Amino acid sequence: MASYRSLRDLDWPLLAVTLSICGLGILQIYSATLDTAWRSAWWKQLLWLAVGLLMMWLMTKIDYHTLLGQVPLLYGITLTLLVVTPLIGRLVWGSKRWIPVAFGFKFQPSEFAKLVIVLLVARYLTELKSDRLEVRDLLKLGGLVGLPFTLVAAQPDLGTSLTYVPILLIGLYLGGVRWQHAATVIALAAVLMPVGWFFLKDYQRARLETFIDPMKDPMGKGYQVIQSKIAVGHGGIWGWGVTHGSQTQLRFLPVAHTDFLISAFAEEHGFVGILVVLGLYFLLLMQIVQNAQTAPDRAGMFICMGVCSLLLFHLLVNVGMAAGRMPVTGIPLPLMSYGGSSMLSVFMMLGLVNNVRLRRFVS
Amino acid sequence: MKLIPQERQPDASVTRPLIRDDTKFAAGKIAVFQYFAVCVFVFLALGYWDLQVRNEEFYLEKAYQNQIKSLPIPAPRGKIVDRDGRVIVDNHSSYRLILSRDSLREEHVIPIAAGLNLDANDLSAKIRRFRRQPTYFTIPLKEELTADELTFVEAHKGADSFPEMELIKSQFRVYPRDGVAAHLLGYVGEINEPELNSQEWANHNPGDVIGKSGIERFYNEQLTGVDGQRQVRVDNRMNTREVLGITEAQPGKDLKLTIDLDLQVVAELAMQNKRGAVVALDPRTGEVLAFVSTPAPDPNHFVGRIDAKEWAALATDPYKPLFNRALAAQQAPGSTFKPIMALAALEAGIIDENFTVQCNGGANWYGRWFKCHKKTGHGTVNLKTAIAQSCDVFFYAVGNKLGIDKIAEYAEMAGLGHKTGIDLPGEKEGVVPSSKWKIRTQREKWYAGETISVSVGQGALTVTPLQLAHAIGGIATGGVWMRPHVVKEEAGKAGKLEPARKAQLNLDNVNKVIAGMYAVVNEWGTGSMAHIPGIELCGKTGTAQLASNDLLKSRDMGEAFRDNGWFVGFAPRNSPEIVVAALYENGAHGDRASWIVRDVVKAYFDKKARLNKLQQPTPGVASLLSRPGEIAR
Repeated sequence: MASYRSLRDLDWPLLAVTLSICGLGILQIYSATLDTAWRSAWWKQLLWLAVGLLMMWLMTKIDYHTLLGQVPLLYGITLTLLVVTPLIGRLVWGSKRWIPVAFGFKFQPSEFAKLVIVLLVARYLTELKSDRLEVRDLLKLGGLVGLPFTLVAAQPDLGTSLTYVPILLIGLYLGGVRWQHAATVIALAAVLMPVGWFFLKDYQRARLETFIDPMKDPMGKGYQVIQSKIAVGHGGIWGWGVTHGSQTQLRFLPVAHTDFLISAFAEEHGFVGILVVLGLYFLLLMQIVQNAQTAPDRAGMFICMGVCSLLLFHLLVNVGMAAGRMPVTGIPLPLMSYGGSSMLSVFMMLGLVNNVRLRRFVS
Repeated sequence: MKLIPQERQPDASVTRPLIRDDTKFAAGKIAVFQYFAVCVFVFLALGYWDLQVRNEEFYLEKAYQNQIKSLPIPAPRGKIVDRDGRVIVDNHSSYRLILSRDSLREEHVIPIAAGLNLDANDLSAKIRRFRRQPTYFTIPLKEELTADELTFVEAHKGADSFPEMELIKSQFRVYPRDGVAAHLLGYVGEINEPELNSQEWANHNPGDVIGKSGIERFYNEQLTGVDGQRQVRVDNRMNTREVLGITEAQPGKDLKLTIDLDLQVVAELAMQNKRGAVVALDPRTGEVLAFVSTPAPDPNHFVGRIDAKEWAALATDPYKPLFNRALAAQQAPGSTFKPIMALAALEAGIIDENFTVQCNGGANWYGRWFKCHKKTGHGTVNLKTAIAQSCDVFFYAVGNKLGIDKIAEYAEMAGLGHKTGIDLPGEKEGVVPSSKWKIRTQREKWYAGETISVSVGQGALTVTPLQLAHAIGGIATGGVWMRPHVVKEEAGKAGKLEPARKAQLNLDNVNKVIAGMYAVVNEWGTGSMAHIPGIELCGKTGTAQLASNDLLKSRDMGEAFRDNGWFVGFAPRNSPEIVVAALYENGAHGDRASWIVRDVVKAYFDKKARLNKLQQPTPGVASLLSRPGEIAR
């Protein structure tokens, strides 16, 4: 049974753009970790890239319809892992997000939950077969996404849990949410926002306060944003060149190889470099959108758009945060920031997108 | 939930006919999403354009400030030595701990305070005080760390814990002769906020150590060197990556005082457990040989570790240990004013040596009875006797003849009523009353009865111990008043000594006054306690009332209202080398102050004799050393 016609139909442009972004990322990780305890991060990232490509390939092989069929199982496993994480997880930076595996590798279930939520939303809306969403659909889908969201937010990792929201939103939008419902939900959210303030952890409140006024506490909570903006602004139009950004190299820039990698990149490659990176990401997203448009069925379309909106959210928050345009949230820049779990989950999602593309002519 | 039945037949979904039209419904919505994505990218690009293109200059400067630090290299303050070169103020190098405000974190304040035995609230307050200063000003935390504190700093600085802590090699002040000449030397301390905002200290920065009083303050600019600087490129942990340049510190200038440490110590011993002041001058040059004000705090207690409690105790002490009595205590001179009165009367031609007054223990002037200190009266007194025995009635008569304005003229000639111009901060001018003075200050005309009081150094007349020594020294040298000074080079700057004032005095008149002062100590006068065999010390006692005798009798007044004792003396009689004024607060009578002056004058001549002896090799000593056989045995 040939479920796809040929490897030739793989999304090669998408792969090329992806690898370009990863290449820039690895170069920047190398530069940002030079002379630090993380100096081996760049080749570890290279290793993760290889593993990521392998996973991508695997995700391409298994027909996405098969995966959709396994959603309840995958969803169950994800929930179990998220429940277990706080019990056996390692405490890093005040929260338990990782499960230790072997050889010092650790695994972040909340990253893989993204993939499962993409499939979950796609499956639910595919089965709906209607272009209209009823209140009960909203409640069901909201509840299904809300459960992992709550578990991850409680780790606490509000940043990661928030990345589930755009997957749900794009699904609801494309799935045909009624504008009356949308308006009601938005109104409700607006009312509940001040209530939510009380559920935030102190540091989360502080981050929001700092976002509004970083100079309120320049040496404490505002430090990261201020230093990031200095590094970005210092880059100017052309940047200082690889390994020559003083703010990055003298470590004024915090977490320059993970959350604030783009600031380091901006310092060393300037505004021109940023335009190149944004351009690459734009191509990546548009390629995914194109795959959505040419998807053979509803499910494929939902999968592609879910992945696309997730990536767009990551970009908006991470890149915006580095320029002080978004509150500081510890979410990585897809394909560029150092980190295995993020790398693998993004590649697996791109595998899904390719999976959809490969099957576009199958009928 | 519909999810379950599907799971049982996954193949069904695979083989389910795919209808291209399935996705048609979303086409328009996907286009909307694309527009949204474009907006997001434009929003992000604009953010970077704002930072990297529009505000590039601003962030270039910010980034530069991040990396380049100027670390001060403190310049050692100049030493202070006495006239013989003996060190009385020195420096001791130690480590000063400072906080760099660029890397300061709020949450570090409590652990740092704990590690250094500081009060966390005080530290927070200190940090807050620096809030409005540029961030490259560092906060001085502690001087002279103990071994434990140093261990704490070494363990936590720079590394991952408290990058804001920095050790700086620094110099701080030591006064090795604990407390000697405390008021003269003054003390140093960290510049405070009012000082920072004042014109006087305009070119000083927070954290600077400045002279707060005495010589330390007056000569602060000379004593302070120029701090050096080490410009370094640092990383975010304040680790030095590269030294960009070093400007070495220029040490402050050493000061040589006119003070003779031996004399100073004698004077201080004489003043032990007494309140008052002693000023010894060389009237020929104006050099201050000894300068004492007691009680006095030990300046070592102020260095680098100002204890708020200790400070409060000093500031509220009823005996005012922080008050420099030698140049700021304005007290009635009492009878020590009489030599000036005598000279004024002679110079004005109102009396001559044959002028006598009958003293019956008092006299009636302007309807009031003015007593003499000797109730039984001195009988017939001439000028010499009047000075020697301090007859008040004689000077009442003289004062009445002179009138207040003539008295004021001669008092001011002697330097009273004006600052002497000594090179120390905080000098007071005292008061020489006159008719003009009274109209100016009280808008009232002068009453002749008041002149009678002033004639014996009471009434509105006040002087400082320094002024008195200066005034009498000028008379003793025949009318040349040299400006008092405590630093040697200061006087020699112009190459020669310039007198502050000169007066064309008739030397005969001067000698008549001096004869009286000689008699005070050496014949049958009130200061015979000060007599030193072999030394022609001339002087004058003084007892200044603080409260009227009636008041004293009517109430049981404590020590605080007991009379002040004064003595001013010079020696030798014909070529004075030293003049000493002593104020013994609440010392009841001048003869007690005379003991103090005697000690100082005796020490001066003893030392001089000893030095003369050393300069003339005694044949006896040489023969003693070379006596044959003695050493071999």
